[in-house]
Amino acid sequence: MPDDSVKKSIAVALGVCIICSLLVSTAAVSLNSIQEENRTLDRIRNILVAAGLPSGDEDMQAIFEDRVRPVIIDLSTGAVLPEEDYNDILNVDSFNVLDMAGDAAYGMEVPVDRDMAGIRRMPRYMLIYFIRENGKTSRIVLPVYGKGLWSTMFGFIALESDLRTVRGFTVYEHAETPGLGGEVDNPAWKRSWRGKQALDEAGNVLLRVIKGRVDDSRPESRHLIDGLSGATLTSRGVDRLVRFWLGENGYGPFLKRLKEEQHGQV
Amino acid sequence: MGRYRKLISGPIFESNPVAVQILGICSALAVTTKLETAFVMSVAVLLVLAFSGLSISIIRNHIPGSIRIIVEMTIIASLVIIVDQFLKAYAYETSKQLSVFVGLIITNCIVLGRAEAVALKKPPGTSFLDGIGNGLGYGLMLLIVAFFRELGGSGKLFGMSVLRLQTEGGWYLPNGLFLLAPSGFIIIGLLIWALRTWRKELSEAE
Repeated sequence: MPDDSVKKSIAVALGVCIICSLLVSTAAVSLNSIQEENRTLDRIRNILVAAGLPSGDEDMQAIFEDRVRPVIIDLSTGAVLPEEDYNDILNVDSFNVLDMAGDAAYGMEVPVDRDMAGIRRMPRYMLIYFIRENGKTSRIVLPVYGKGLWSTMFGFIALESDLRTVRGFTVYEHAETPGLGGEVDNPAWKRSWRGKQALDEAGNVLLRVIKGRVDDSRPESRHLIDGLSGATLTSRGVDRLVRFWLGENGYGPFLKRLKEEQHGQV
Repeated sequence: MGRYRKLISGPIFESNPVAVQILGICSALAVTTKLETAFVMSVAVLLVLAFSGLSISIIRNHIPGSIRIIVEMTIIASLVIIVDQFLKAYAYETSKQLSVFVGLIITNCIVLGRAEAVALKKPPGTSFLDGIGNGLGYGLMLLIVAFFRELGGSGKLFGMSVLRLQTEGGWYLPNGLFLLAPSGFIIIGLLIWALRTWRKELSEAE
C-alpha cells in the first residue's frame, strides 16, 4: 500500500488510536484502587488539618478513627440521621457528594436565585464530622464545595464549639490556575482563616473574602479574609461557596439545631 | 560504543534542550521552586521522551506524512496520561503540586521536537537513547535551577533544612524572590551565560 493513500492513513490512525486507548485505559483501571486510597487519605489529612489535629507523620488513620466521628445529617431539618436509616447509598463509607447530588431521590436542584456557589444540584444529606476531645464534641468539620474560575473546588471548614468561630479551612481538590487561583491551597492563606468570626448570634453569615488585604485595625476585620491577588474570580468563588454552605440553604438548619441542643444541655 | 555515549551525553551539554536550544522553559520555571517537584517532573519528561521516541521510531516507516503530527501527538499524549496516572498512584502529594504541568508535557516542545527531528528518521534504539539523553539534559537544568531556588527561597534541599531559618532560631533570612517565577528566568539566564562563556562555540554567530 502506498504510504500516502487514504486507506493507509485511516488504517494507521485507527491502529494507533486502538493501541493507545488500550494502554491508557489499562493504566487508569489498574491504578484506580491505589489512587482512590490516596484520595481518601488526602481527604482525611485535610479533615485533620481543618480541625487542627496532628496530621504530619503520625498515623492519620488511627487519629481519624480515634478523634473523628463521621455522621450524616439531613440538611433541610438539620437532624443527625440515625444509623438505622443508613442504606446502600446513604452510609458513611461510600458517601460521595456528587453522586448524592446527582441522585434523583437524594439530591435536589438548587434554585438559581439561591445558587451562590454555582453548584446547580446539591445533596439532601451531607456527611459531616464531629471532632471529639475528652469524650465531648469540641469542633465540627463541614465539607463545602462550589465553583471557582475553572473548576469545582472541594474543601472543609471547621468551626469551634461555639459554632461561630472558624477553626480551619482547607481546599483539597480544585483545578484553578497554578500560582494564582491555585493559591487557595496555600497553607499560609488557609491559616489566616483561623479565629475569624463566621456567623453572628442569629446565624447570619458575616464571613467575606474581600478583594485585597484586610485592614486589621478595623473592627470588622474579624469577619474578613484577604483575597488572593491575581485571582479575583477564584476568591469570589470561595467567598460565595462558604457563604452558601454556612447559610440557610446549607448548614444553617443544622447549626441552629446544634446550638439549641447545646443550650439545652447547659 | 562511542556513538551511543554521544547520544546520551550530547544533549546534556552541547545541545542541551533548555540551555542551548531554549526549549521547555515554561515548565522549567513552573516546577523548580523545590528539588522534589523538579526531580519528579524530570523523570516524567525523561520517560515520555524515551518511550515516545521508541514507539514513533518503530512505526516511522508506516506513518503517512499527511497525519504525521497527529499520530505523534496521540502517542505522546497517551504516554503523558499513563505517566500522570502512575504519579497519582505512587507520588500523590508531588503530583498534586505539579498540577497541570504533567499534562502540559504533551505540549512541551522538546518532546515533539525530538519526535520530528530524530524518531521519524532514526532506528528505535537510537531514538530511545536520544530521548534519554534529552531527558537527562532537561532534568539536569531543572535540578540546577531548583537547587538554587529551594536553597535561596526556603533554606532547604529536598525538603531538608540546610540553612537554618531565622524563624526557627537560625541565621538565614529566606529570599522570597527565589520562589517567584522571575528568579527562574534569572537563574536560567545566568546558566545560559555561564555555559556559553565556558563553551564559546555554542553561541550563535553575530
